[in-house]
Amino acid sequence: MSIRTANQECLRRIDEGGAAWVDVRPAREVIPGMEEYTVLHAGPPVAWSDMCGPMRGAIIGASMFEGWAKAPEEAIALAERGRLRFDSGHHHRAIGPMSGIITPSMQVNVVRNEPFGLDTHATLYMGIGKVLRHGAYDETVMAKLRWMNHELAPMLAAALREAGGIDIKAIVAQAVQMGDEMHNRNKASNPLLLVKLAPHLVSVADRADAIRAIKFIDEAGHFVLNMVMAGCKGILDAASGIADCTIVTAIARNGHETGIRVSGLGDRWFTAPAPMIEGVYFPGFGPQDANPDLGDSAITETIGLGSLAMAGAPAVVEYVGGTPQFALETTMKMFEITAGENKAFKLPALNFRGTPLGIDIRKVVQTGITPVINTGIACRRPGVGQIGAGLTAVPLACFEQALEAFAAQRAATA
Amino acid sequence: MKLYTEVLASCYQDSVILMRISGQVRQHPGVREVALFMGTPANQALLQQAGLATDAARGAGPNDLIVTVQAEGDEQAVAAVAAIREMLQATRKAVESAAEFRPRTLDSALRQLPDANLVSISLPGAYVRAEAMSALRRNLNLFIFSDNVPLEDEIALKQEAIARGLFCMGPDQGTAYLGGVGIGFANLVGRGRIGCVSASGTGLQTVACRLDALGEGISHGIGVGGRDLSQAVGGAMTLFALDALAADPGTEAIVLVSKPPHPSVLARIEAKLDALRKPAIVCCIGTPSRVTGRTVWVETLAQAADAAAALLAGRPLVPGVLSDAGAVRAVVAPAGGAAADRAILGLYTGGTLAYEAGHLLRSACGADHPHRILDLGDDEYTVGRPHPMIDPAVRTDKILEAARDPRVGVLLVDLVLGQGAHENPAEPLADAVRQAREIASRQGRRLACVASIVGTARDPQDLAAQRATLQAAGIGVLATNPDAVRCAAMLVRPTLRRQWLTEEA
Amino acid sequence: MQPTVLQDPPRVINLGLASFAADLRAQGVAVVDVDWRPPAGGNPRLAALLAQLEDEPETPQTTEGSRK
Repeated sequence: MSIRTANQECLRRIDEGGAAWVDVRPAREVIPGMEEYTVLHAGPPVAWSDMCGPMRGAIIGASMFEGWAKAPEEAIALAERGRLRFDSGHHHRAIGPMSGIITPSMQVNVVRNEPFGLDTHATLYMGIGKVLRHGAYDETVMAKLRWMNHELAPMLAAALREAGGIDIKAIVAQAVQMGDEMHNRNKASNPLLLVKLAPHLVSVADRADAIRAIKFIDEAGHFVLNMVMAGCKGILDAASGIADCTIVTAIARNGHETGIRVSGLGDRWFTAPAPMIEGVYFPGFGPQDANPDLGDSAITETIGLGSLAMAGAPAVVEYVGGTPQFALETTMKMFEITAGENKAFKLPALNFRGTPLGIDIRKVVQTGITPVINTGIACRRPGVGQIGAGLTAVPLACFEQALEAFAAQRAATA
Repeated sequence: MKLYTEVLASCYQDSVILMRISGQVRQHPGVREVALFMGTPANQALLQQAGLATDAARGAGPNDLIVTVQAEGDEQAVAAVAAIREMLQATRKAVESAAEFRPRTLDSALRQLPDANLVSISLPGAYVRAEAMSALRRNLNLFIFSDNVPLEDEIALKQEAIARGLFCMGPDQGTAYLGGVGIGFANLVGRGRIGCVSASGTGLQTVACRLDALGEGISHGIGVGGRDLSQAVGGAMTLFALDALAADPGTEAIVLVSKPPHPSVLARIEAKLDALRKPAIVCCIGTPSRVTGRTVWVETLAQAADAAAALLAGRPLVPGVLSDAGAVRAVVAPAGGAAADRAILGLYTGGTLAYEAGHLLRSACGADHPHRILDLGDDEYTVGRPHPMIDPAVRTDKILEAARDPRVGVLLVDLVLGQGAHENPAEPLADAVRQAREIASRQGRRLACVASIVGTARDPQDLAAQRATLQAAGIGVLATNPDAVRCAAMLVRPTLRRQWLTEEA
Repeated sequence: MQPTVLQDPPRVINLGLASFAADLRAQGVAVVDVDWRPPAGGNPRLAALLAQLEDEPETPQTTEGSRK
């Protein structure tokens, strides 16, 4: 097949993909390959010895939640002895921001790509500050984790059943015209989700519980992010595995390496050391405290949201640094490396042009322009949480390696 | 003197910007030399030759900028490099803050201008083939200003272009006219009925300006690049362009400008001209005049324009040694024998004009004469420096050198105006000549200078003012390059005056 | 087969020195100036791979541009 045809097919599948939040269920019931002692993490595969502070902290917390360990030292011992089965969440239709840790008992969001019959799963968003995904595991975190899994999750599941699912793609399409880019800025999308969900929460739960759930989701601020991430992954997974296709279907970081996947290159990861983030720090923190880039949230950029949609979210520069002009220029630059434009996500600031869609590894290597990522900065010390926000890019080396592999594969099958 | 090198990674800038910055920083106190080159293999070799290569420089890649500074001490070198960095930053910022977002590739440019029909390429030679082939595949014509394009690339591009029915103007072509639009180094001339095909940019400019002065105009001017008429390229684009102009309803006569082509190519050209059903004038500098069928062969660029104008007017071309004898007489008469038996030094910015001058001097003075004609646009003089049509410094230096050379009696120059040229080239030339004459005078010698101007009344430099500036410095301005050359010849060889000036009387 | 560019006004894409684009713009010509960098950062091997993997152009060849 010509590369052009393959890429067009990829974009067509992405365009036709859907994302509906349909359920909340325990991981072991819905995530493929979720055996006992399985620990899924964000980013490409990584060994325990290479894992960053926040990820290790999250694994310790998860191990204690599962009851595999009663104390952090025991969890560490399990990991060091190889008793825990680590794998990239991406290999299991699973995804999560920052360390993205999922273990069998954890309740996960189920997001469905109905036209392609594909379900993806994401962690439940815990909020900001001292949270599990940043490696915190003290008693307040564990208590919250228990409440979320044992009380909030069933409530959500019942509400979703009654609602018949909530259309996440539609929320994104609206929010992108309300100043959100869906990665760092969800100020419109989170309330939009809550508005859809709230009546059903009130319907299925008692008053106090419903109020607690609603307040939690609102204060979390980015609760919708995890569903959006799962939605993006579901849509992109359905567009993966197209022979001769040079479009990127995943960008993910594990705090040690950044990796990309390409539709025409199957399940292969192309990795490079995770870069540091250039950004704005919260008071009291600086670059010396920062963790390298971490998390699966760059799946948003992969589909033309996040920094690729920055022209529609100029306010995000207050958070990541820069000027509104810079936000506009960033999106314009991203058009240089993409194959097409999103039909569903259109930016009023650009005359309703669709956001750049379909990062083409050829264009990245040709121009040297790498996808920019708007992201939070995690503290390298586990359990502290987010210490700032800023911009980073996917290392050029990932795309160069992918290009070489693609050329070799094409030559071999010629 | 300290040699200080720094490599700025991933810092691409084009040569014009780099030369501007190096030119400015070279003026800093204590700085002797500044060289800014991208780390391409070709540039690495240049640095090696110039004795400026260091280990740091050698490690640079094609997208890295090698900054080399020669200064009196560390302090000046470090300050110079800092200034260079600042200027590079400022350039980047100015470009990036421009309201218009510039696309990064041909394809994204096409999204902005989907009905584009021409790509103008002035990239370093090694990169031309790939970009030009992409353009041809997208059904776009080419104007390639770049030089140092490998010969096999030129051959491949022209083959591809012709197969697709597209022009490949160049490589190494500075001037073209399409539908009245001047591309590259072009003069503002009227639109008219004469189509030109030229292997020389300045050749095309010269013919176009002379036509404009005669009240005629250009339909299109197709530049084919200096190598087109070589045996290897075989005149491919010339033949294609001749066909195109013959088929163009707006073209009534065709002028072909070149240096003597390879004999096999000459035969092909002659056959083509025979088959064209339009009258053609060929200026093949150095070949004697003749008429063959519908084709008139002339010796000089000015004659080519004269012949084309005469043809359109339906009058016979009156051959003559001088175009404007009055102007020549006005220079020669008062000079007396002051420059007799001394040498002419030609300092030309236009290569074809230099070539024409050389040919005419050989005709007039025999093969064994003491005169020197320099083409200051030649590679020898332009490594790391802008072309003399843009930057007068090299010519100024040579003029001052000549002032101290007792053998030189006459300076012979060209002045090229138009788009892309220096904004006021007459001034530095006039200043240099004034200075040179003073130096010569202090050593008891007279130094004459004669010039011709390639330009039109509509050019941005104001032709009349440029002429006046030269004349105010005592430079004799003649109507054409041949007139200037012959004027110089008459100054150093008075016997020619009887021959040429009497004939004109 | 004659190049149509002789009959149509030139509409130009400029790769290289900005002055060429500026001069064309001053004559009222539609021109897009490309912010050109060496492909693949000047890496010849990757540039060669890119050339191999380049798409064929989308627009079908018009009669003027088609092969003989």
